[in-house]
Amino acid sequence: MKGRLATTLVVAAGSVAGALFLRRRSARNREHVDLYFADGSMVSFADDSPEAARLLPLARRVLSEAR
Amino acid sequence: MLGLPAMDAAQALADLTEISSQIEAAVLASADGTPAASTFTDEARGNAVAGAAAELLRAAEEAGGGGGEELVQLQAAVPEGSVFVVRDAERLVAAVTGPEPTVGLVFYDLKTCLRMARDEPAGSEPKAAGRTGKGEEGDGDREG
Repeated sequence: MKGRLATTLVVAAGSVAGALFLRRRSARNREHVDLYFADGSMVSFADDSPEAARLLPLARRVLSEAR
Repeated sequence: MLGLPAMDAAQALADLTEISSQIEAAVLASADGTPAASTFTDEARGNAVAGAAAELLRAAEEAGGGGGEELVQLQAAVPEGSVFVVRDAERLVAAVTGPEPTVGLVFYDLKTCLRMARDEPAGSEPKAAGRTGKGEEGDGDREG
């Protein structure tokens, strides 16, 4: 009885931890900066690029000033 | 100072926030970040957002990637929301939205706002838009 309860708790805790991990990773993947140029071209900087590392904090500053 | 009448700039922003339920707050400013109008009732916040948006635009230009082409608009997305900046030769309009906005629609609305402001004759003082800023009220009537 105790063993089954412990197993259930471990499985539940693992599910919650996995869901949180996936959610956090998914949120991080949504971070990006897209630049659009006069000739119609577009460049996208993913969150792990050095350009995004410089631009995303500035975007966060705009958001925090606005809210 | 931006060559734009305060009332017209404010009206362009009021129209913008009226037609776009996704835009929480917006500022219209000169290319260097001098504000012409904003949706904020607090002028200091409008100034801060305009300055920060101009800095973001400058940093994006320096980041490059366009092969020498002129940067005309950008979107920066983080989990908390998105920042949009659209500019022409003289001015920029910056807006903030919640997470996962409809990017094309927001850009379209911002370009329309900029065009409306550009079509107005020259003028004077910065001023808040003709309606209360969504960014300060959070009235929750967003359509998504």
